Amino acid sequence: MKRIYLDHAATTPVAPAVLEAMLPYFTEKFGNPSTLYFYGREAKQAIEDAREKVAAIIGARPQEIIFTGGGSESDNYAIKGAAFANEARGKHVITSAVEHHAVFDTCKFLESRGFEVTYLPVDEDGLVSPDEVAKAIRPDTILITIMHANNEVGTIEPIAEIGRIAREKGVYFHTDAVQTAGALPINVDELKVDLLSMSAHKFYGPKGVGVLYVRRGTKLTPLIHGGGQERKRRAGTENVAEIVGLAKALELAQEGMTARNERLIRLRDRLMNGLLEKIPELKLNGHPTRRLPGNVNVSVLYIEGESMLLNLDFKGIAASSGSACTSGSLEPSHVLLAMGMPHEVAHGSLRLTLGNENTEEDVDYILEVLPGIVEKLRAMSPFYSQAHSQARA
Amino acid sequence: MYSEKVMDHFQNPRNVGEIPDADGVGLEGNPVCGDVMQIWIKVKDDRIMDAKFKTFGCGAAIATSSMVTELVKGKTLDEALQISNAAVAQALDGLPSHKMHCSNLAADALHKAIDDYRNKARGDAQAKDAGAAN
Repeated sequence: MKRIYLDHAATTPVAPAVLEAMLPYFTEKFGNPSTLYFYGREAKQAIEDAREKVAAIIGARPQEIIFTGGGSESDNYAIKGAAFANEARGKHVITSAVEHHAVFDTCKFLESRGFEVTYLPVDEDGLVSPDEVAKAIRPDTILITIMHANNEVGTIEPIAEIGRIAREKGVYFHTDAVQTAGALPINVDELKVDLLSMSAHKFYGPKGVGVLYVRRGTKLTPLIHGGGQERKRRAGTENVAEIVGLAKALELAQEGMTARNERLIRLRDRLMNGLLEKIPELKLNGHPTRRLPGNVNVSVLYIEGESMLLNLDFKGIAASSGSACTSGSLEPSHVLLAMGMPHEVAHGSLRLTLGNENTEEDVDYILEVLPGIVEKLRAMSPFYSQAHSQARA
Repeated sequence: MYSEKVMDHFQNPRNVGEIPDADGVGLEGNPVCGDVMQIWIKVKDDRIMDAKFKTFGCGAAIATSSMVTELVKGKTLDEALQISNAAVAQALDGLPSHKMHCSNLAADALHKAIDDYRNKARGDAQAKDAGAAN
């Protein structure tokens, strides 16, 4: 069966060149980077080369790059680390209502430890207002954490503007750039961030490795204590092969980014316009233009997301939804609810995220099969018949 | 993961639709949780002759709706009231644990349809009695 992967916001395959760069570090170059003999020096050198590459790509200094176990760890470290290191100055944190759970749940944890958190609302496109950020800052605010782009609806937040406000007020600013690293140009000085999280597996690197950028002078309490690795900021023997893979993947993502994004935007717009044209009563979610190049998110009225995903899977298409059933909770996506969407519409959301290997034929295949799936599910939906009999009456 | 039976009932649901002259209708579920089921029944001599459903919901919600309409046909109303949500799940070779609570409501919808039928039947009987008294 034809298989089409349209869930690149969830994860991406490791690029062949990335795997090739990693392989020697599992076998012949296996040394512990903390040792002084040849094997160790070789591994240590590989990590420092990787650090320099990553730093150069995001406009940072090598000492400001910490390798972590992935995006969630980077977010946890940034938020808990900044909160615990600076609680003498204040215990107030500002975030948004649409953050990834790695940020959202970490903020909830801080609340259980006596911190106060302000969750800023978003508009119907999912945008945070910089003015609202400015208004929320108090004398005891120690950290602002707002994502660079939303993982569900793809909306790109005004990070540089928020960064300017945070800096004027002397408040640390963290951004979760897990969806944008490798997808959009990132420069930590232009974005005016003090802390920035990345995850390799979102940009054709391996799973289980990430970066936390920490601007020089930013006080953080470590999450992991132990050895002196990463300048005592993240203990544990370094994941050498994956760190090498992360740097290689980011380097590849950086090369030809503009051309790749132009292609992705063309595919994305073909898919969005095709869906709007072929499926009546379908709503586009997220900002129409300020969005990630590969992200399409729609709500198909009157039907539920998981039943759409299962039907798409029968046709070989891998996609995602914000319905409760797919999140394993009773509530649909907090992101869609924060954007003002009613519950039953949020349950009917469908996220299709395009990547490098997708083609126009893939897009056309979805446009061919999805309308039939929607029709089948609507024919068995009580909401559809209710809405349409009311319309007739 | 869903069992083969769940996937079968999800992919080829039995008895989808409405019964325009139904004797009882039951609605169960909550749009907040994302599962809403409506069941229509046709009753003759205290026995369910036909049942149809419409469901907004996930794979488990659709499969349990389909299964309950199969289980109930030909049963007396008292027999049908014995069918529990758990029995429906069992007839489908089980459901993932997180689906047992939120998406396994088909038997409840059926029981509401039976209640609806009995209330109507009582109402009709009372109306007839009232008519007879006049």
